Amino acid sequence: MVSGLINANPIVYEKKERRVRNEAAVPDEYAVEPIDQLEIFDHIRDIKDPEHPYSLEELKVITEDAIEVDNERSYVRVTFTPTVEHCSMATVIGLCLRVKLMRSLPSRYKMDIRVAPGTHATEAAVNKQLNDKERVAAALENPNLLDMVDECLAPSYA
Amino acid sequence: MEGYLTTVDNIIRARGILLLGEVLVRLASKPLDDATIRSLIGFFTDRLADWRALRGALVGCLALMRRKSSGGMVSGSDAKAVAESYLQNLQVQSLGQYERKLSFELMECLLERYPNAVASLGDTLIYGICESVDGEKDPHCLMLTFHIIEVLSRLFPDPSDALAGFAHELFEILGCYFPIHFTHQKDEDMTIKRDDLARALMLAFSSTPLFEPYAIPLLLEKLSSSLPSAKLDSLRYLTDCTMKYGADRMAKHIEAIWSSLKEAIFTSLDSVLLFTPESLEGSDLPKNEIAAEALSLLQKLIVQNTKLFLDLIVGDEDISMIFNTISYYKNYHEIPLERKQRLNAVGRVLFTTAKASQVSCNRVFECFFSQLMDILGLSARNSSGQPYFDESILISKRCKHGALYLSIEILSACRDMIASSETILAATSHTEETWKHLLQSFSPALTMGFCSAFICSSEGTHDAATYIGVKGLLILATFPGGYSLISKTVFEKILVTFVSIINEEYSKRLSWKLALKALVEIGSFIERYHESEKESSYMDIVVEKILSLAFVGDFGILFPLRLEALSDIGTSGRSYMLKVVQGLEEAIYANLYEVYVHGSTNSAEIVTHLLKCYSDKVIPWIRCEKGFEEVLLQFAINIWNQIESSTHFNASQTNKKGVLDVMMKAMKLAVANCSEEKQNIIVQKSYNILSSSISFPLEELLLQERFQIAQEVDNSSSRDEWVLSLFAAVTIAVHPQTHIPNTRSIVSLFMTTLLKGNVVAAQALGSMVNKLDLKSTSGQTSSDCTLEEAMDIILNLSLWIFDKNSSSSIQSKMISVHDTALNDLSNGVGSCTSLQIHAILGLAWIGKGLLMRGHEKVNDITMIFLQCLQSSGRAGISHQEKSISENNYKLDLHNSVMKTAADAFQILIGDCEQCLNREFHAIIRPLYKQRFFSAIMPVLQSLVMKLEPLSRSFLFRASAHVIIDTPLIVVLSDTKKIIPMLLDGLSALSNDVVDKEVLYGLLLVLSGILMDKNGQEAVSDSAHTVVNCLVDLTRYPHMTLVRETAVQCLIAISGLSHARIYPMRTQVLQAVIKALDDPKRAVRREAVRCRQAWASIASRSLHF
Repeated sequence: MVSGLINANPIVYEKKERRVRNEAAVPDEYAVEPIDQLEIFDHIRDIKDPEHPYSLEELKVITEDAIEVDNERSYVRVTFTPTVEHCSMATVIGLCLRVKLMRSLPSRYKMDIRVAPGTHATEAAVNKQLNDKERVAAALENPNLLDMVDECLAPSYA
Repeated sequence: MEGYLTTVDNIIRARGILLLGEVLVRLASKPLDDATIRSLIGFFTDRLADWRALRGALVGCLALMRRKSSGGMVSGSDAKAVAESYLQNLQVQSLGQYERKLSFELMECLLERYPNAVASLGDTLIYGICESVDGEKDPHCLMLTFHIIEVLSRLFPDPSDALAGFAHELFEILGCYFPIHFTHQKDEDMTIKRDDLARALMLAFSSTPLFEPYAIPLLLEKLSSSLPSAKLDSLRYLTDCTMKYGADRMAKHIEAIWSSLKEAIFTSLDSVLLFTPESLEGSDLPKNEIAAEALSLLQKLIVQNTKLFLDLIVGDEDISMIFNTISYYKNYHEIPLERKQRLNAVGRVLFTTAKASQVSCNRVFECFFSQLMDILGLSARNSSGQPYFDESILISKRCKHGALYLSIEILSACRDMIASSETILAATSHTEETWKHLLQSFSPALTMGFCSAFICSSEGTHDAATYIGVKGLLILATFPGGYSLISKTVFEKILVTFVSIINEEYSKRLSWKLALKALVEIGSFIERYHESEKESSYMDIVVEKILSLAFVGDFGILFPLRLEALSDIGTSGRSYMLKVVQGLEEAIYANLYEVYVHGSTNSAEIVTHLLKCYSDKVIPWIRCEKGFEEVLLQFAINIWNQIESSTHFNASQTNKKGVLDVMMKAMKLAVANCSEEKQNIIVQKSYNILSSSISFPLEELLLQERFQIAQEVDNSSSRDEWVLSLFAAVTIAVHPQTHIPNTRSIVSLFMTTLLKGNVVAAQALGSMVNKLDLKSTSGQTSSDCTLEEAMDIILNLSLWIFDKNSSSSIQSKMISVHDTALNDLSNGVGSCTSLQIHAILGLAWIGKGLLMRGHEKVNDITMIFLQCLQSSGRAGISHQEKSISENNYKLDLHNSVMKTAADAFQILIGDCEQCLNREFHAIIRPLYKQRFFSAIMPVLQSLVMKLEPLSRSFLFRASAHVIIDTPLIVVLSDTKKIIPMLLDGLSALSNDVVDKEVLYGLLLVLSGILMDKNGQEAVSDSAHTVVNCLVDLTRYPHMTLVRETAVQCLIAISGLSHARIYPMRTQVLQAVIKALDDPKRAVRREAVRCRQAWASIASRSLHF
């Protein structure tokens, strides 16, 4: 383990105003509301950064625009941006994102979690690690890692 | 006690002296002779020197000092001796907290009660106090300390006195406490708060003018600090000191004060002005506390030292800079933010200044107002000679919103000043004040200015312009004092402007609303100040014009808006309301006539709007005002008259229903708000019309005849139906004491009508039953009846419908009639069922009336319902014999009867807006719902046990209604027994789409139980069945709210004891995973939370 913080002094951005959906005046009881970008973003915006008491949204690790979702084909891709290039926490953040989405989305969905191109030193390795089912399952068997993930996810269930 | 008081043992001596002191405290009101007091006080005075027994001595001295004159007091010389001994012997700061407090109390007492005696001590006293006070920290002692200093300064008012020398030292001691920094925890010291201390210190600060050279600089220094509480305190202290120190002393500091004050105001004020209709006439004082304090200080200073301060303000650079710059910006929105703040601040300063006094007002007008007028390009000479000067000049120079804003502030200040000093105005009215002159000469031009600001706003979407324009006009219009200040032409021009906006500019909501609000304000202003001259022009221009416009021309979508304007204006004053009501009523009558005679659809629509307006706006207003009952009475009587006179009745079927509904509502409200005597008049009147128009034999009604009327469903004319419905409306709304004539036949009449399916008649009957006298009084005629008799009539009539096996002769007769009648009708079965449905509905309303007053006959009615529910209907059997071929058809119909019976429980226990509530004077027994609930639930439960499963569903439905409408707290107390019924009800109701509202209501009760702690305990036994039921409901396709609530209930269940819910986890998780893919977002969101809640109790590793 590294003793000091990886990024001791990150830039904290202001939280965006929660966008209020303009609901129809007379809601249609049987209309389908598809899963969209904002809904996915609402699931993951409050996840806590592993080493700071700020949410991923505040650190601009994730943004609404970095989420692609296709409800028909049950596919979602989240691209996140680590705060510093050599951030070793990138895998933990990615793991948090994956776990949270696994718990929040219907089982038909396929998830793709990626580091934004050019924002991390070992981009390819991280991407590979995050999208390898076996390695994710193995990581979650590790009690230390699971504790860490659960701690990060706690605020997003509030 | 001699030995104990003088013994050499310190502890015993201390105890002895303390005992003596405490005894004296208890004996405070017992008379003692002078010699005793003298010797006692002498003893305690000596003992002050004995530091080991000090507490007793202090208590004793204090007790003696505080004695009332009636019981013998300590003499002056003795008091002086006490003080001397105190000063000589006590080292207050070296004592413990309690002793310090006692000694401060003693000193306070000395200063307050024997001022002359201690004053002679002079320097020694002051020095002693300085010494003892210095360095005190305890809040309780500090309160006393501050008070001591305050009293002390009062003792030496003369500057040449002893205190003068010590003022500096004393203030050194005081000054270090400012600003109060209170660190005590909240729970530690509840008795003394920061504010108390701050106030005590403030009084000490301002106690003597001698502190002035030290206090003011300190306060000004703290004013510039960044701590908001320090700022606030400094401002308050400054205000207080200003008042106490006097003008001369303050004059020295005025410049410094002004500059810090200006700074405080400029930085603390909000930069945003509000342009909403609500703020139009609010006392728009700044919300900011600092700014408010600063402005009030400013006003005090100006009042005190007018000349000097005005010079400062007039000569101020910042203000003049604002004046120079405002003309650069044409539009409010162009002004940069910090400049807006400045502008706002200057506005407030000018407002305060002008408001302070006549003189300051003069000065402000002289210097600033004329400057503003120049900027605006308005000039006095035009207005005096020719009021309509060249508009093109005006337009070119319009839109100087900044300047307009400032002039509004000045004007409104001026107006407020006049309003607050009405008497002064009367006295000085002969002297020609400058501001008055200026105001008079500029007002027409200003009006034009505001108007143009307002009108040109139509080109863009500038809220600010509209707001400023309206506000300016409003202020001009509401100057008190008749036409002496604002001429009649100006006033009328303003009114005309507003009215034209109201009438024409519907499209612009903001300006329309603002104009309406302004008109209402003007109206209530006139009412408040009894401005008779203005009232007449207001009446002519505004009320008349709007009235006349409201009822001519098109009646499109604008019509409701016009009505809104009309009723709002009416609320501003009694006389206007009278006028408006008159106009409204005329329109109502005229249109009703159209409806009656020609059946005009258009008029029906108009009259619907009118009546809605009448019952929604006018009647509530009348209810708040006193003395308008006559209007309501007249309204009701007139409507009856009109019905009476209209013999040709052509109301077409299509629009009739809506008109009749609103008419009944208006009638109900009008009657409900009348007193009993007035109600009697209305009832009598309506009864006369009813009896003359409806062709029913009022006496000697045989059941048979009655029944035949029931069969002649379509025979009565529509006019009769109107009359009857309106009469029912009257009956619903009367007081219990109001006399209804010929009750017996009215009851029968309503009974027959309700069998035709007239719900209003049923409601009226319910109200009658609710309000009838239990005992007959002597004054009644034979045609009246008591509740018992009425109930007999009702029950006899109703029983036959259901209870065919009864042996009573009347009932058997009825059956025969029934059967023959059935044969006559082509669709016998159908009519029979609908008859039964109507009867059940009617009975439900009657039952509600009985239930609310707590009458036991309600049991009979509920028994009828229950019989309907459990039997498959004995009445049906006879039909089965007759027409076996129609078997299926009949079964279906029968279900509808049973359904009605189940829904009757909803009527019984639910709240109703149309009748039987407080507004319509129903007799309501406290806790009637609880009683009914506890009486009916066991019956329903036992019935469920008895019946075969197929016919249970209606019982569940009935019990669902009862559970939903009973207060939750009652259900909670009985949860264990209710839960099985509730769950069965949920699963029974989930089969049909139509029942979704009932289902949701029932589910809400369940969720209420789950949220409650006691409820959770009760549920935990049956957790498994509850979960099963909820899991089913998470798939309920017809209502999102049901699914959402079901998932929320599951979350609540996850909080139950672990052992209970652990076996259910897989079942729940599977259901929730399905819910994650719900079509609705709200359900998915809850499902995520629910899954997390259950997953975390399931195991460490989730099943992905």
